Amino acid sequence: MKKKTVKPSRVALYVVLLLLVVVYLLPAYLTLITALKDPSEISLPHSWDFPAVLNWKSFSEAFALLKPNIINSFILTICATAISIALGSINGYVFSKWKFKGSELIFTLLLFGMFIPYQVILIPLFQTLRAMNLYGGLPGLILAHVVYGLPITSLIFRNFYMQIPDSLVESATLDGAGFFSIYTQVIFPLSIPGFVVTSIWQSTQIWNEFLWGITLTRHSANPITVGLAQLAGGQAVSWNLPMAGSILAALPVLFIYIVMGRYFIRGLLAGSVKG
Amino acid sequence: MARVELEKVFKRYGSFETVHGIDLAIKDNEFVVLVGPSGCGKSTILRMIAGLEEISDGTMRIGDRVVNDIDPKSRNVAMVFQNYALYPHKNVFDNMGFSLKMAGLSRNEIKEKVEQAAKVLELTPYLDRKPAALSGGQRQRVAMGRAIVRDPDVFLFDEPLSNLDAQLRTQMRMELKKLHIKMKTTTIYVTHDQVEAMTLADRIVVIKDGTIHQVGTPIEVFEKPKTVFVAKFIGNPPTNIMAGQVAEQGGAKGILCENGMFLPFPHETALEIGRKVLAGIRPDAIAAEEAVNKFSPAWQYDVQVLFSEIVGGQSLLEFDINGTSMVAELDGRHKVDPGTTLKLGFDLDRLFVFDPETNLALDW
Repeated sequence: MKKKTVKPSRVALYVVLLLLVVVYLLPAYLTLITALKDPSEISLPHSWDFPAVLNWKSFSEAFALLKPNIINSFILTICATAISIALGSINGYVFSKWKFKGSELIFTLLLFGMFIPYQVILIPLFQTLRAMNLYGGLPGLILAHVVYGLPITSLIFRNFYMQIPDSLVESATLDGAGFFSIYTQVIFPLSIPGFVVTSIWQSTQIWNEFLWGITLTRHSANPITVGLAQLAGGQAVSWNLPMAGSILAALPVLFIYIVMGRYFIRGLLAGSVKG
Repeated sequence: MARVELEKVFKRYGSFETVHGIDLAIKDNEFVVLVGPSGCGKSTILRMIAGLEEISDGTMRIGDRVVNDIDPKSRNVAMVFQNYALYPHKNVFDNMGFSLKMAGLSRNEIKEKVEQAAKVLELTPYLDRKPAALSGGQRQRVAMGRAIVRDPDVFLFDEPLSNLDAQLRTQMRMELKKLHIKMKTTTIYVTHDQVEAMTLADRIVVIKDGTIHQVGTPIEVFEKPKTVFVAKFIGNPPTNIMAGQVAEQGGAKGILCENGMFLPFPHETALEIGRKVLAGIRPDAIAAEEAVNKFSPAWQYDVQVLFSEIVGGQSLLEFDINGTSMVAELDGRHKVDPGTTLKLGFDLDRLFVFDPETNLALDW
């Protein structure tokens, strides 16, 4: 075997890449070491220092403070994700297998929803929820996330279902199945990769969302993102707590990606390569 | 068991018409093959019978019922799709039993019917397998099994063998024919393969551009094609067609082709001298060597061989006669060098005569 010679350009490349990795990881490092410090140890000049004693109590304290918000976020994320992907799946089924006159137009209009920033509709959304008597609580926030999630979930499911041959639906039609039984017996069982992709996407979006969380809910219904911000607000902040809280808040999303990540890639790639 | 009747059936997509008012009556228990080149409308016709496509105009009857506005599921027809359309997440048993489940049959009834169909199709050992774990031929049989468990009035097949390799296709074709002989269910079968049409059909329906060119038994369609298209499409290699006109030579009436070849008529005819016609001769109506002597000298021609190939027990011979190239399908193995002059005999009892304007067969 030929002996490998290391080219200077290769070395330079890796140095640059390594520097970028450091830059990228610095905030994570800072978050972790600050979370593990005693409040008295935290100061601007020593912010990069490693903690003298590891203060694991930060995590339990942060958890105790954020517990109501974490519960709210779980309810919000689970309900909003489940409803938006269930509806998105039905939408995708109709837009791909039960096309009607004008369905392409409706689908295009639905997709516009993806391009409207959260901020733009904030005030009308607030007014609408108040008029519906849903302002301030979790149900209102869930509804907002469900509606806002429909364009992306409908799009993903429609594209996913486009790959299921029409003849399967036609065959089921001849076998005597109707609109709903074709969905439950044929389409739904084939949708697992679609559900994995949309549920990862939706749950991450909803779990991490802040703006609606703070504007559309009262204190008792605040999700984790808002709880964290409040932990960091005020005069004398024990910075170890919001930092520990951030780590706690990031865990569910991290868990989802580690456990379901390979399905995510597989789902996104489904159909793009012959398999 | 049922008749299927189409009366002036049209299919239009907006202003684009794909099926132009076809009439077709399929008898009870009959095996009818719709054959034609791709895009001719044969699959659309099948899908209209199934109810998967609406009929733009006309009347469709299955049995004594007009089915124009009847749901596919209420027509009691079963269809086998080109890609089989098996449910990938269900095992063979559930694939075959799905329609029965939808019809609300009890678990025991479904089991009995599926097992019976599986036995007929030799699928019993595979009932627990998913479609992905089956070979092409087995998938094909599951698709058929799914159709037969329902005991439908009509079987519809949409190019069911085209995804199989040549050997398996021949085998499945025979199994299909045997199945029909056993079950005697009215069957409508779509294919672009004229060999499938010839071997399976009680009657062949030749379709081109959304119109029916001919309906007849395989022999009728082969020996008495009603249009130039049928003569060329049915049979491989296709019929040799030559332009010419009716003339008299040496006291015999016949067709004087543009290349100077004279084809005497085998019998009396009222066709007037000078009338322009197209002459058609099937490649297998041409003979070589000793077989030539069966024909009168007037039916023998000297030709120049362009190319020959041996296909198992038969040979294909491309030859030139006065500047026109034609193909002969000869019995036995004939390897002839290009350029050789050869005497061939034409069986003019099997001569086709068409009108060059309408491309329709002439009554002569």
